[in-house]
Amino acid sequence: MCGIVGIYLKNKKYNSQLGKFLTGMMNSMATRGPDSAGFAIYSSEKKKKYKYSVCSNTYQVKEISKKLSKQVKDIKVKSISDHLIIETVMKPKKFIEILKNHDELSLVGYGSCIEIFKQVGNPKDVVKNFSLEKFSGSHAIGHTRMATESAITTDGSHPYSTGEDECLVHNGSLSNHNNLRRSLQKKGIEIKSMNDTEVAAGYISNGLSDKKSLKETLLDGLKDLDGFYTFISGTKNGMAIVRDEIACKPAVVAETKDYVAIASEFQAMAHLPNVNSAKIFEPEPGKVYSWGK
Amino acid sequence: MNLNLKKESLRKVNETLQSIDRKSNKKIFKVSNPDGNHAICAGLKDEIEVTIDGHTGYYCAGMNMNANIIVNGNVGTGVAENMMSGTVHVKGNASQSAGATAHGGTLIIDGDTSSRCGISMKGIDIIVKGSVGHMSAFMAQSGNLVICGDAGDALGDSIYEANIFIKGKVKSLGADCEEKKMNKKDQNILRSLLKKASINESEIKNFKMYGSARKLYNFNIDNVSEY
Repeated sequence: MCGIVGIYLKNKKYNSQLGKFLTGMMNSMATRGPDSAGFAIYSSEKKKKYKYSVCSNTYQVKEISKKLSKQVKDIKVKSISDHLIIETVMKPKKFIEILKNHDELSLVGYGSCIEIFKQVGNPKDVVKNFSLEKFSGSHAIGHTRMATESAITTDGSHPYSTGEDECLVHNGSLSNHNNLRRSLQKKGIEIKSMNDTEVAAGYISNGLSDKKSLKETLLDGLKDLDGFYTFISGTKNGMAIVRDEIACKPAVVAETKDYVAIASEFQAMAHLPNVNSAKIFEPEPGKVYSWGK
Repeated sequence: MNLNLKKESLRKVNETLQSIDRKSNKKIFKVSNPDGNHAICAGLKDEIEVTIDGHTGYYCAGMNMNANIIVNGNVGTGVAENMMSGTVHVKGNASQSAGATAHGGTLIIDGDTSSRCGISMKGIDIIVKGSVGHMSAFMAQSGNLVICGDAGDALGDSIYEANIFIKGKVKSLGADCEEKKMNKKDQNILRSLLKKASINESEIKNFKMYGSARKLYNFNIDNVSEY
């Protein structure tokens, strides 16, 4: 099954409530995906600085900071539950190489404004562990997982991020991900797990690195990705949704002058301000909808 | 009687509506704050009128018998699925599989429906004032589907003996579905359905009718080499 949610704020006055909105959305989608959950938050861009979201099985922030600070200058580490947000000026290519020497740290995502958190467990507990309610930002995407394709682990949880400030959540399953994984890996896209969604995320990264827009990339995906899917994809500038041509996997959009919300079911949005007067519609199959700056 | 889903559990509200004291005069109910909950007003069996004020989730008014249910909002997947009799009137849009497998009664949708509207319908009358999505009336067995707007791909795929009346464009027809000539009897059926949905009956002339070509009913000997 799986539940997917996304919210993009048009009105900045709600930025401080982003985490609160997403918490309600994730909690009500816990029934669709009770085994693990994750979310990505986009907040204002830090110029010339990168944020690396890292999952760590050892909780000693001090020790990790000390270890990393030998190799990385100007480092700031924030710990939330089993995740670390490492802030530094070091560019991704170099930093990711360094991380590879630390088996106890696994990179979840990175960029100038994205922070990603994911964990095994009931979504209601996961959002509490990460204090999602306290987050602010401009847009956010979340996922509650009922595993089908791969193991119930943090690596198997969504959102997947295979590029700077990118993320993808998925409800459905892909059938041609093995072939696609091989061809993307040949092109130098790093795909770590055996999960089908990570391949789709890699496909999007590849499209974006070819200077295509998110919308164009998702339209190409309709031809290249075989299977069932409703995708919500996020970038620094906004978010987009696409459903496959058969559209078995649900999605509802609610748009007001202040925000755009997407969820698998309407009940996930029932708590949002003025939602009953929102323009509510189901995305049509095979059509890409996007919102952003 | 007002039933507030913010104050009472869904189970309690449905239980109240499902166990009406038939000697009582209480026949009119209102359900407030539906907030997208699933299975609201499922399994009602008495001649009562229920107005749901807001958007509902899946299977709203499923298995309905006798009740007249009005939804002031949108409905999720499978509204009035397996309805036996009564009326369900949705003032907004409906999601997938509206009126699925329903045996009887009337389903009126003021807005659009997404895919598979009237899938496997078995006698229900469905009137959609807007458009329907792909695969609508898939394997429809009996009853009538009236569409005032357009239809998506594969309308009436593998249809049996149901009628489809449509005013707008058909993106494509499904296997074994073809246009039929409307006779007096068909026109009368359409007239009474339009009347039920308060649509001007002079519109009849703008509708086309589709049904089964009946070519999938029996084994075609020309296909023997496929086996």
